[in-house]
Amino acid sequence: MSVAAPASERVALRCRGLTKVYAEGAARTVALRGVDLDVLQGELLMLVGPSGCGKTTLISVMAGILDRNEGECTVFGQDLQGLRPAARTLFRGRNVGFVFQAFNLLPALTAAENVAVPLLLAGVPRRQALLRAHTLLERVGLLDRAGSPPTSLSGGQQQRVAIARAIVHDPRLVVCDEPTSSLDHETGRRVLEILREVAATPERALVIVTHDPRIFGFADRIAVMDDGRVVRIETPAVPASGSPT
Amino acid sequence: MYLVAWRMLVGDRAKYLGIVMGLTFASLLITQQAAVFTGLMTRTFGALTDIGGADVWVMDPKVQFIDDIKPLQDTELYRVRGVPGVAWAVPLYKGLLKARLESGTFQNCVVIGLDDATLTGGPPRMLEGSLADLRRADGVIVDEDGARGKLARRPAGPDGPAVPLAVGDTLELNDHRAVVVGICRVQRTFQSQPVVYTTYSRATQFAPRERKLLSFVLARARDGEDPRAVADRVQAATGLKALTRDEFKEVTVRYYLKYTGIPINFGVAVALGFIVGLAIAGQTFFNFTLDNLRHFGALKAMGARDGLLLRMILLQAAVTGAIGYGLGVGLATLVGIGASDTELAFRMPWWLLLISAAAITFICLASAALAIRKVVRLEPAIVFRS
Repeated sequence: MSVAAPASERVALRCRGLTKVYAEGAARTVALRGVDLDVLQGELLMLVGPSGCGKTTLISVMAGILDRNEGECTVFGQDLQGLRPAARTLFRGRNVGFVFQAFNLLPALTAAENVAVPLLLAGVPRRQALLRAHTLLERVGLLDRAGSPPTSLSGGQQQRVAIARAIVHDPRLVVCDEPTSSLDHETGRRVLEILREVAATPERALVIVTHDPRIFGFADRIAVMDDGRVVRIETPAVPASGSPT
Repeated sequence: MYLVAWRMLVGDRAKYLGIVMGLTFASLLITQQAAVFTGLMTRTFGALTDIGGADVWVMDPKVQFIDDIKPLQDTELYRVRGVPGVAWAVPLYKGLLKARLESGTFQNCVVIGLDDATLTGGPPRMLEGSLADLRRADGVIVDEDGARGKLARRPAGPDGPAVPLAVGDTLELNDHRAVVVGICRVQRTFQSQPVVYTTYSRATQFAPRERKLLSFVLARARDGEDPRAVADRVQAATGLKALTRDEFKEVTVRYYLKYTGIPINFGVAVALGFIVGLAIAGQTFFNFTLDNLRHFGALKAMGARDGLLLRMILLQAAVTGAIGYGLGVGLATLVGIGASDTELAFRMPWWLLLISAAAITFICLASAALAIRKVVRLEPAIVFRS
């Protein structure tokens, strides 16, 4: 199994010998057992595997929100664990976008305000941030719901807002955790199409954790995980219809 | 992001109202109970506030507070007058005498006998008549609250209104006829008894026969003399206790604080308000933070630093604290205004508001500290856990 990218490809994310152990009292759970994986720029990589195989732990380490125990992980050449906490937070804020399984939209804010949050965190003036948020909402087809609170949106609409939020600050890495798990098939496909369209650009890398085989066709490569390891890398046999690949 | 913090707070209306109500309740209870306590303590030295003109109060060395009367011999007045630095000294009678009302019932009254010649120490505000009217035969001046309340004539019928004691009415003080020649306004006394002013000689006639009847000697320091120094000289020369007015107020309050259960009772109420407020506001605020933990985690993941989240939580605590404090103090003030013409003792000096503000600030900071601790320790990876 080859995880290393060809020398000609530009690597967005490189993991080598990644190990993560959760220890609580005497109990130890090894979540990652020496993961080797590259994600290329412009690539949409899916992480698949059974529950508890370490997919979520892996994207948490990749995104710099969880410390590894051993190994190496660089994001666009930067080892996040080597940064001081404030610098790491700053790097994350500028370079990483998140799409969560449960959307994690702030219920007290409107859709546009939710989308604007990463920009506000980066210090962009509110008016400017909202303007950009509206542009992104237009791209995901939700401009008419810009003033609506998340609770008045359907699951698919909320996930589209979350996608807009993930890319509003133009991050270089977007990580998505089960983006379609709470959506029906058609909505899931639509969300993936949008993700593919707005997120997968040559300068950006997309890593999606999923259990949903119906969306495998959107991936450029699929990393299959089991028991804390990447056991094989696959290329989808049948690309999803409408997918640019 | 501070606007986001505010929107997060008010977005969860039930918890927001819960926190504000907890703080309002704490603020109300702390301020109101402390104000009543302060009002009661102020009433303990009400006579000292009303009886003006004198710098130094001279009394028996064993006197512990203003109502603890241990009479002196009349000759002590002349000894005080002879002390260097004393401009003038006058006698004052203060005692509790029974007044017999028209209905035949009896009512204890505080009787204050003023120096016949100068009427020094008279009521601060006359509503009807004048202080000089005390020189009329059997003349007494009655305080407004006493005239309207405990000394008022009972109605003829069961539903008829009480008729306030008025100028020209008579009453019996210890079997002596007294004629009301004036109505005055004074501080309410600690036990809310009516206050009756008369001359010193008439007061000693009203009082039961005793060998000694002089309650206090009121003295004034000469211009340029320090009243405290004059009091020291009076003490040294006569062997009596001499206190300035402010010192006597302090001594009186200290006595009540030390020998009565009042501070403990009010302290318990204030402490309860503080604890209940802390419990309600603290727990609700903490629950609010727990409910929003995933959102805080998401914000952390998206690049929010701990310092920013800390300031957001402090802002939420400060906003709820300010609103709760304002509502609580406002309600306490309304209680005070509503009770201004009643028996309720209520005094809210500026420093009481500061104490109340400090207590609410503490509650808010303690609540915020719990929440901040949770959020700062929060791993942003929580957002990926189901």
